[in-house]
Amino acid sequence: MKACVIVFPGSNCDRDLKVALTQSMGNEPNMVWHGDSELPETDLIAIPGGFSYGDYLRCGAMAGNSPIMREVVRKAEGGTPVVAICNGFQIATETGMLPGALLRNADQSFVCKDVDLLVAADNERFVGGYDRGQVVKFPVAHHDGNFFADEETLSELENEGQIAFKYATPDGELTEEANPNGSLNNIAGIYNKAGNVLGLMPHPERLISKELGGVDGKTFFDNLVHSIG
Amino acid sequence: MNKITQDIVAEHGLTEGEYSQVLDILGREPNLTELGIFSVMWSEHCSYKSSKKWLKTLPTEAPWVICGPGENAGVIDIGDGQAAIFKMESHNHPSFIEPYQGAATGVGGIMRDVFTMGARPIANMNALRFGSPDHPKTRHLLGGVVAGIGGYGNCMGVPTVGGETNFHSSYDGNILVNAMTVGLADTDKIFYSAAAGIGNPVVYVGSKTGRDGIHGATMASAEFDDDSEEKRPTVQVGDPFTEKLLLEACLELMATDAIVAIQDMGAAGLTSSSFEMADKGGVGIELNLDHVPMREDGMTPYEIMLSESQERMLMILKPGREEEARKIFEKWELDFSVIGKVTDTGKMVLTMGGETVADLPVAPLADAAPEYDRPWVPTPKPAKISAEEVQQPNDLREVLLKLMGSSEIASRKWIWEQYDHMVMGDTIQRPGGDAAVVRVHGTDKALAITTDCTPRYCYADPETGGAQAVAEVWRNLTATGAKPLAITDCMNFGNPERPEIMGQFVGCINGMKDACEALDFPVISGNVSLYNETNGQGIHPTPAIGGVGLLEQSSQMMTMGFKSQGDQVYLIGDLTGEMGQSLYLREIEGREEGAPPSVDLKKERSNGDFLRNAIEKGWVTAAHDVSDGGLAVALAEMSLAGNKGADITIETDLPLHAALFAESQGCYVVTVDPANSKQLQDLAETADVPICLIGTVGHNELKIENALTISLDELGKEHGSWMPSLMAGTAG
Amino acid sequence: MKARVHISLKNGVLDPQGKAISNSLHGLGFDSVLDARQGKTIELDLKDMSKEQAEKEVDRMCLQLLANTVIENYSIEVID
Repeated sequence: MKACVIVFPGSNCDRDLKVALTQSMGNEPNMVWHGDSELPETDLIAIPGGFSYGDYLRCGAMAGNSPIMREVVRKAEGGTPVVAICNGFQIATETGMLPGALLRNADQSFVCKDVDLLVAADNERFVGGYDRGQVVKFPVAHHDGNFFADEETLSELENEGQIAFKYATPDGELTEEANPNGSLNNIAGIYNKAGNVLGLMPHPERLISKELGGVDGKTFFDNLVHSIG
Repeated sequence: MNKITQDIVAEHGLTEGEYSQVLDILGREPNLTELGIFSVMWSEHCSYKSSKKWLKTLPTEAPWVICGPGENAGVIDIGDGQAAIFKMESHNHPSFIEPYQGAATGVGGIMRDVFTMGARPIANMNALRFGSPDHPKTRHLLGGVVAGIGGYGNCMGVPTVGGETNFHSSYDGNILVNAMTVGLADTDKIFYSAAAGIGNPVVYVGSKTGRDGIHGATMASAEFDDDSEEKRPTVQVGDPFTEKLLLEACLELMATDAIVAIQDMGAAGLTSSSFEMADKGGVGIELNLDHVPMREDGMTPYEIMLSESQERMLMILKPGREEEARKIFEKWELDFSVIGKVTDTGKMVLTMGGETVADLPVAPLADAAPEYDRPWVPTPKPAKISAEEVQQPNDLREVLLKLMGSSEIASRKWIWEQYDHMVMGDTIQRPGGDAAVVRVHGTDKALAITTDCTPRYCYADPETGGAQAVAEVWRNLTATGAKPLAITDCMNFGNPERPEIMGQFVGCINGMKDACEALDFPVISGNVSLYNETNGQGIHPTPAIGGVGLLEQSSQMMTMGFKSQGDQVYLIGDLTGEMGQSLYLREIEGREEGAPPSVDLKKERSNGDFLRNAIEKGWVTAAHDVSDGGLAVALAEMSLAGNKGADITIETDLPLHAALFAESQGCYVVTVDPANSKQLQDLAETADVPICLIGTVGHNELKIENALTISLDELGKEHGSWMPSLMAGTAG
Repeated sequence: MKARVHISLKNGVLDPQGKAISNSLHGLGFDSVLDARQGKTIELDLKDMSKEQAEKEVDRMCLQLLANTVIENYSIEVID
């Protein structure tokens, strides 16, 4: 399997993503610099977390306008799977690949901690390693993860099974306390309509071994490799 | 050109004596630019003029030390051709004036110090001191500082893995923000700052120069008064995005062999970086200031030389390598400009607009920096307070709950959840333990990192306090199973021109020296911050110590949480029952009195070496040192960390409240599987280490025979709620 | 010539910073404050052109980069 990780000035989870993908794939992903206008042949595109362009103006706004993102959008429209994590998720909404937007956290503080996530929809490619309704643990680390969409979009996401993960209690309850950033409907991650683009605020690449505190993230990447193969 | 008047000299913080030295060195009057340069080079911040004499007495060598104090940061060998590079530095005054930017640029500065030497930063830590929790400014300052540290470190993608925070009214007008960075490099790829190679180009990279921070270094060396808040415009603004680019660009260039020397432009900017490089290399430097990238129009040579704009570096390149270097910096969208060359004149010659604007001899200016033997008086030794002198409380349960929710012990989760402590994917012990542990990427090794100091001990007895600070760092590293290797120090004190403050400084240094020697724990870098006073009121002496230890096998790392019901709980070390300066005395009786607990460095060493040995043998399932709040608090913290209680019985001649709450030094609580109990006891006997079985790990409450029973829920609530309520403004 | 772009969150989009500002103002005793919304202003230095042309050009900038119309409103002020 071949994968690409897109690197912007200010990306900082690119190496972590590379480590996670390499562990699951057995070979290293291609690291693609933002200024490139062409993507190498790839089975998966990963957009990492970080602070592309310092998060200046709006998180993800400037990266969303970079040459490489035009190419990513084109590939996504052609069906290539894209996983966009944290700042990657922000970038994906800025390009319109995914609906909605990510606002400043409701309590205005950066938040870094493990969160429990309810697997809210079936999508073999991305969450085939879990059962729907299962609760998994990934860390979050962001200042702007407060998911917003207008009511129409929101109900569409809910009705079309486009919500990938919701912040939940360990028992799977969707409470306000379990929501670290004020996201509408506790939304932590969503799919596009076609189901080949996943954007999520939590970082599966940070829990890929027991030593790091958990393996739910490893399951995520193992499944990606298994299903995309 | 301005005539230099007495007033101008005084405004630059130079004494009459110092100014006449300037005249002697130059054989003429300096111009304003030259005077400005003297003033920053001879400021306390850059010259260490009050502290040098004493700093020199600290041990700085060990077989594993590659580079001690004097460079941008210290370097230790961690095996396999790898080095850990680290330093801690203060950014106290700027953080008080503008907490977000002050703290952020402090973090930015210390990271630059580390990556200047060729290391990729892998962890940030900090040591913070704020005023009394109910002081009207404390919330604002704490909120701003934490957001600033997070804002910079998070954006850089370097995990902030922990730190320490104290509150005391002595910091009401002078908070302390000490930031530490640990980096990783190959031992054959370490970069130093000595300029060399006559004719080699001097290159400026990074951000443009603006008028920010002019006179920051002299500000950091002056006492506060009520007008200090008017000094706001001199605080620099940080740009972590640019620094992230600068980091990547520098590391990319460092992978080639184009760099001869490199130095970060920190305090006193272009002045101190260029002088230090020239002085260390024994050469001269010629700079054409017209080529310095500038952000604002009409900047004078004075402003250019003294600007403290952030995210800038000065490099000496090998001849002919400029274009290769320029390409890298341009790829990262950073300024790159050849601004001068190395000369054999031994002089710093600055030109602008075709004119010479400064012409100064390097060595005399650097070497003649004043060094003072300031008068000092030793701090009178306070009396010890024994257990018998402290009344037995009615309810030990209430005491423990109160301590767990007190300002010194309450959970710091509110702080570290605002720091990205996991980025880079190697944090295997997160904040909240004795020390943070990060893996050395791609190896089985890991580094344990901690910062510690107990200022109330240092205030009562500087010598014991200084020794205790070093010993606690050593202990915290040991509790993770790591071998402690070296420390960095950040010496925060009041006005050294007052003999009693200088006495505190000398006392702390002496105590630190004893501890460093006894524990084979050299100082490899550090920083001094003096004049932390407002209206004549000095802070508690605060020699903040940052330490680094090595775990050969990260899989052997130890944590403090109780693991399995039925594990046996042991106490290593002797309970002394000394109550002076304990949190018990302060929180329960409202007394900040007496001598701090004594530090027995011989026992410290043997107890710690024993524990590390036991951890290496795989017998230990949890370990935690006894510190603030004593044995009972240590047990409560282990219970909360593991979400398991314990049944404890303490057999002692001491009154129970003293056994539980005296802050006896050199002690650890450990747990072992009962199957390994006998071996542990045998090893203790051989090593002549006092060890005592005190109970077993239990279920959901902490029970101490004849003293208290508390559910973990109640303990957790008390421990966890203090800081969030403080910050929400709802604290009682 | 100069153009000033004012960007604010749309009504109905939670504005935590605005909320914190109004809370703080209340804390300071400014009871007259009913609500606060925070936005940002971007000042652009432009080549000389007609006012109309400038407005058009800046509008395109807003749509493409400066504002995210999913959550933000913007207004443009061109100053000769």
